[in-house]
Amino acid sequence: MALLTRTAGALHRRPRLRLALLLTAPLLWLAVLYLGSLAVLFVSAFWTTDSFTSEVVKVWSTDNFHELFTTPVFRQVILRSVGVALAVTALCAVIAFPVAFYTARIAKPSRRPLLVVAILTPLWASYLVKVYAWRLILSEGGLADWLLKPLGLSGPGFGLPATVLTLTYLWLPYMILPIHTALEQLPDNLLDASADLGARAGRTFRSVVLPMVLPSVTAGSVFTFSLSLGDYITVQIVGGKSQLIGNLVYANIELNLPMAAALATVPVVVIVLYLLAMRRTGALSSL
Amino acid sequence: MQLSRPARIALRVAAGLGFAVIYVPLLLVLVNSLSPDRSASWPPPGLTTRWWSTAWHSSGAREALWTSVKAGLGATAIALVLGTLVAFAVARYRFFGRDALSFVVVLPIALPGIVTGIALNSAFSTVLEPLGVGLGLFTVVVGHATFCVVIVFNNVVARLRRTSGTYEEAAADLGADTFRAFVDVTFPLVRSALLAGGLLAFALSFDEIVVTTFTAGPGVQTLPLWIFDNMTRPQQAPVVNVVAAVLVLLSVVPIYVAQRLSADTATATRV
Repeated sequence: MALLTRTAGALHRRPRLRLALLLTAPLLWLAVLYLGSLAVLFVSAFWTTDSFTSEVVKVWSTDNFHELFTTPVFRQVILRSVGVALAVTALCAVIAFPVAFYTARIAKPSRRPLLVVAILTPLWASYLVKVYAWRLILSEGGLADWLLKPLGLSGPGFGLPATVLTLTYLWLPYMILPIHTALEQLPDNLLDASADLGARAGRTFRSVVLPMVLPSVTAGSVFTFSLSLGDYITVQIVGGKSQLIGNLVYANIELNLPMAAALATVPVVVIVLYLLAMRRTGALSSL
Repeated sequence: MQLSRPARIALRVAAGLGFAVIYVPLLLVLVNSLSPDRSASWPPPGLTTRWWSTAWHSSGAREALWTSVKAGLGATAIALVLGTLVAFAVARYRFFGRDALSFVVVLPIALPGIVTGIALNSAFSTVLEPLGVGLGLFTVVVGHATFCVVIVFNNVVARLRRTSGTYEEAAADLGADTFRAFVDVTFPLVRSALLAGGLLAFALSFDEIVVTTFTAGPGVQTLPLWIFDNMTRPQQAPVVNVVAAVLVLLSVVPIYVAQRLSADTATATRV
């Protein structure tokens, strides 16, 4: 008991000691274990692999990156992945806007919290189950085919469009939520002022609503873009034969880890560039 | 903004469609688990509960579920400790590198899972294997804990920012020592944030597949790994359908409990 009291007193008098005790374990875990592993991974991108034994040769070279930018397949896949991520982001924004507008400004205020929960709940449904659901929908004779049959069409089947659709579905809530928040916080008197000055709904939307909501769209796009860029499971399940950057990383891990590491730097670099570009718009402070 | 009546109706319809798109796939999974047919053709030719009892007796699914629960509990326990420690340090102290630390906490979930996965995989195989420790449930727990820390951190730090340190100071003025103040004042303040954070962390771990792929040893199969493995096997399709339906039903639990537990986790997302 006396020891406990003495320790308590010592701790109370030394805030730096308290801080050190708080930080030791997390720093060991996150800074040493996690950042250490990441650092080794990115360093290994500059190593090469013996093509006969598949053993890693620890000699510094930029061969992997050279190969990355000169091999047509790699370039194609990188561009395709960025394209998919951008398409998903655009689709999410287009779908999210009317939904968010309804939940934030048209629905009765008493119902709004419930609607927010309704947007959030699917986020907690299993990722894999949601992708599986789309596999069911898009499979031959599935729901998509059945819905489109009266129009004389059939569903898109498995492939790149299916991948874009499924990813859009997966990340849509990340786009709806920030837009909903921005629209909800939009002051009424700004809209009234705009109307008083003679603007019709369309003009008010373009000149008042859109500029004020755009930072939130950017914030949401950070999620939709980076989550899509790193994904390789969805494309395996609904993508047919199409490959994205994650699949290439996955395919190289066993035989050529340095190449896989070099490929893995691509989404990270693209995401960082995207974040920097978005930061210039000032959107990240609203995250 | 005065919207015209047609515009309001159009937005209502668009939002209705949006919500339909969000929920139809989940409902489809539920209905599909009752379909007697092995294929996913729509509409289902009838309804049966036969596959539910088949799934109940599926040893593979049961074992995978149990593995997932163990991994989730382990990861949540570690994340609760680490996340709380970081949250207290960040919210109650000023020190060099504080912003960098908050950034590092988010990093494991912000980077693509495959990057975290192969980084941990090669670290484990270079550091642990010489020690005779192979990949297994332990490495899954370590991997999951790494990205679960941020969930606990976010919940606890939000709570600490809303409650100032003056409560602890008051306790100290009244004669409570550091431990006493923590037990009687600080802990009750953050308890519900801890519960909510722990629950959300468990849900995240329970659902994770990418990092798991790279940190699970042979023979360790979590539920997502099991689903992924069996998804394309026609023989297993009905059982996969039932497991998927169960997971859809279970997803209501974390959001409901988090909602009840604390206001600042009510709008908690996974990031």
